[in-house]
Amino acid sequence: MPDAIAVEALHKRYGDVQALDGLDLTVEQGAVMGLLGPNGAGKTTVVRILATLLRPDSGSVRVCGVDALREPERVRPLIGLTGQYAAVDEKLTGFENLRMLARLARRGRTESRDRADELLAEFGLADAAGRLVRTYSGGMRRRLDLAAGLIARPEVIFLDEPTTGLDPRSRTAIWKVVADLSAAGTTVLLTTQYLEEADRLAHTVVVVDHGTVIGRGTPQELKDRVGGERLEVRLQDAGQYERAERVIRGVVGDGPCSHDDEGRISVAVAGGAMLMPELARELHAAQVVVADLAVRRPTLDDAFFALTEPGEGSISGADPAPAPPEAEHVTAVTAGRTDQR
Amino acid sequence: MSRTPTAKTARTTKSVKTTTDTKSTSTTKATPVSPAGPAARERDPGGGIAWWFSDAGEMALRNLKHLRRTPDLMMYALIQPVMFILLFRYVLGGAIDVPGDDYGQFLLPGIFVQMVLFGSVAGTAVGVADDMSKGIMDRFRSMPVSRSAVLAGRTFSELARTLVAVVVMIVVGLLVGFRFDGDPLPMAGAFLLLFAFGYAFSWLAALIGMAVSGPEAAQAGGTAWLFPFTFISSVFVPVSSMPGWLRPYAEHSPVTVVVDTLRAWLGGTDAGSAAWQSLAWTVGIATVCAPLAVARYRNK
Ligand SMILES: Nc1ncnc2c1ncn2[C@@H]1O[C@H](COP(=O)(O)OP(=O)(O)OP(=O)(O)O)[C@@H](O)[C@H]1O
Ligand SMILES: [Mg+2]
Repeated sequence: MPDAIAVEALHKRYGDVQALDGLDLTVEQGAVMGLLGPNGAGKTTVVRILATLLRPDSGSVRVCGVDALREPERVRPLIGLTGQYAAVDEKLTGFENLRMLARLARRGRTESRDRADELLAEFGLADAAGRLVRTYSGGMRRRLDLAAGLIARPEVIFLDEPTTGLDPRSRTAIWKVVADLSAAGTTVLLTTQYLEEADRLAHTVVVVDHGTVIGRGTPQELKDRVGGERLEVRLQDAGQYERAERVIRGVVGDGPCSHDDEGRISVAVAGGAMLMPELARELHAAQVVVADLAVRRPTLDDAFFALTEPGEGSISGADPAPAPPEAEHVTAVTAGRTDQR
Repeated sequence: MSRTPTAKTARTTKSVKTTTDTKSTSTTKATPVSPAGPAARERDPGGGIAWWFSDAGEMALRNLKHLRRTPDLMMYALIQPVMFILLFRYVLGGAIDVPGDDYGQFLLPGIFVQMVLFGSVAGTAVGVADDMSKGIMDRFRSMPVSRSAVLAGRTFSELARTLVAVVVMIVVGLLVGFRFDGDPLPMAGAFLLLFAFGYAFSWLAALIGMAVSGPEAAQAGGTAWLFPFTFISSVFVPVSSMPGWLRPYAEHSPVTVVVDTLRAWLGGTDAGSAAWQSLAWTVGIATVCAPLAVARYRNK
């Protein structure tokens, strides 16, 4: 069975912006792939190419084994798209939108009406079915747009930031939709700014920056690359850094350790929670004033920042270059970040 | 947000159309099949002629719904013809000499043609430009919808707007004393020609709608050229009253030949060579512009 999505060496240039620069991507049948990347990384460009809306300058694109550049018309019946910006008709009602799209997806008349009703109910829009979309809230539009993408029960669905701008409840509901789709065997390619979303939904994650893949793996693999558990100390007075580091090293040993100008120190440890009392005691004894002391597991955010902002902050013993995808691991690069989700 | 059926149950009823199943599917329920790989579930991508009409019909229906939901726009589209009839008949008409000496009788066929052109060109150009600036076009383009059907639906629905405008003009024309003196058959032919001519130009307008930056530009740029195009013709004055250097163009303008044909057929006289020239222009404009418009839409 061919991969649901197989993209090779994709290049796309807009004027003097190289939006895609040799991007490779494969997604297995039935998998959920999370495409992560900062603004302007090229995520939407990839999705538009996959959805046959845009032609790349070079590269190959296959969807369910069909060459999307040679035979886009054979790809279109297989895919569903929910773009970054809602693509629904403002001057039609929710029902009219879905019924029309079902008809355009070559469904019979009765079947189209039933499918529209079914999806409206599924997405909590039954009450608003007869209202013009113009009167919908942003979240309602988004849900309608997602329903529109599913109208033809596609093999492969592309979701470009499906939950941006949604409240937590709607977001959770969309997560459930994605999980159900995946459980039913649909392949999902999802771009997102929310790393938690990718963490939760995606089987594999691809991190894209400047139009190339800079990291890929399962969310866990990516997190592991950043390192294991970390102990974080925030100093009241950044000037006490050297003294603090001496104390910390005395307690936890010689793990990779980083710090920033604001007095945050981060060090890789194992069994960090057990070291806390001793560390607190030693720091206190050395008269280092600590504002915050915590143990944290690496998050996908860490991996994301590590991959997209290499060399930021001063890092002891870390490779400042971006990790090649096949590198065994990248040493800690969590400097300057303590915000936890 | 409640979800009753799970994706799983939905999946098992997944429908597949056989590749030969291209017509009369409107009443056919697709047969449920068990989940299968993409290779096993090839759907008919192109569709065939029945689906082309279905697609174009859906598009036209969508546009007509838009039209119905913006009654003010429709009204403006009707005010202009009425204004032109009244202004030229009563304000300017007295100063214009025409053969037969009845300006109202001379004017109305010309106004029919001019207003149908304005209506269908402005309507289509703005409609297409508006569509192009909306995200919904991306959705259509990512679906197995026939490319030409999207534009055909647009031009079909403009025909409905033209129909309303023509009916209004006929009523106002009768009120200001226009006499339909022709035989039924030529008169029917006159109106058919009128619609066909307007329809042909809506394809040109579709091209304009795709070339401009947005609906506002289409509104301004789409109709500006129609003023010289329709005024340098036999719409308002006989071509013989124009300066010599303008006459050769005015005499052979497609607008002139169509207006002359309408005048003849509505007035009960013989149209002569203007009739087939009108037909040639109409068919010519449509056969050149429609494929160009579709090609342009494809590459957009
Ligand atoms: N139509 C266009 N014309 C010119 N440049 C474009 C166009 N579309 C995208 N770009 C550029 O290509 C690059 C990639 O854009 P893209 O929309 O794919 O990014 P993205 O990853 O989706 O970003 P975001 O997270 O902000 O949605 C950006 O630098 C963008 O400015
Ligand atoms: Mg984007």
